[in-house]
Amino acid sequence: MSMTYTVNLKYFASIREAIGQGGESVATHAATLKDLRDELIARGGAYAEVLAHGRAVRMALNQDLCDESATLSAGCEVAFFPPVTGG
Amino acid sequence: MSFTVSIQTQDFDVSHELADLRAGNARVGAVCSFLGTVRERNDGSSVASMELEHYPGMTEKSIAAMMDEAQKRFDIYAARVIHRVGLLQPEDQIVMVAVTSAHRGESFKACEFLMDYLKTQAPFWKKEVTPEGARWVDARVSDDQALARWGIAATNTLVK
Repeated sequence: MSMTYTVNLKYFASIREAIGQGGESVATHAATLKDLRDELIARGGAYAEVLAHGRAVRMALNQDLCDESATLSAGCEVAFFPPVTGG
Repeated sequence: MSFTVSIQTQDFDVSHELADLRAGNARVGAVCSFLGTVRERNDGSSVASMELEHYPGMTEKSIAAMMDEAQKRFDIYAARVIHRVGLLQPEDQIVMVAVTSAHRGESFKACEFLMDYLKTQAPFWKKEVTPEGARWVDARVSDDQALARWGIAATNTLVK
């Protein structure tokens, strides 16, 4: 049986604009970042569009770049954003 | 020996930064710097202004880690990165990377390495205002290719 815990989400750039907010806290059972992404996609609407598999979505866990296989933990910070364009 | 990064809205003075970077170290024989500025044209459109968004906390952390990597790879004394955020106009300064070393080879390479790394992994996003409207700048595959030259797999533009 999986635990429910809180994850602090952040969104940036075009993903932030589409979803309409810069972040939110969610209660989730998700074990990995992929599971969490799938939960958000299941909400439909803008979430389904901008976080869809097949789109270039970058991710960070506790402010370190990671991929979908990353394991979540209670109170962690997860960010979804487009490819970066600094410099 | 200092390795510092600043993320700020304010403009900066390159000559002051270089003077500060090399001050008090008479072993420095080479100072290399890169300055990135806002162009008035990008991807076929004219650019009236550009807004830079970033991920507070992660930007500093990621660039500090890049500077740690530069120190491991290259024989350098000190480095400084300044990256502006907020609203910028054509000709404005955006980013400065500066490095000191005893001889020029190491600081030339470290400077280019830091820019290639920053372009593909530091969490900034540019939105430009053009006559056709505001649009988010696309990441370039060529930047991932530049990072690959240093033996780092860049996945910024990867679709999966």
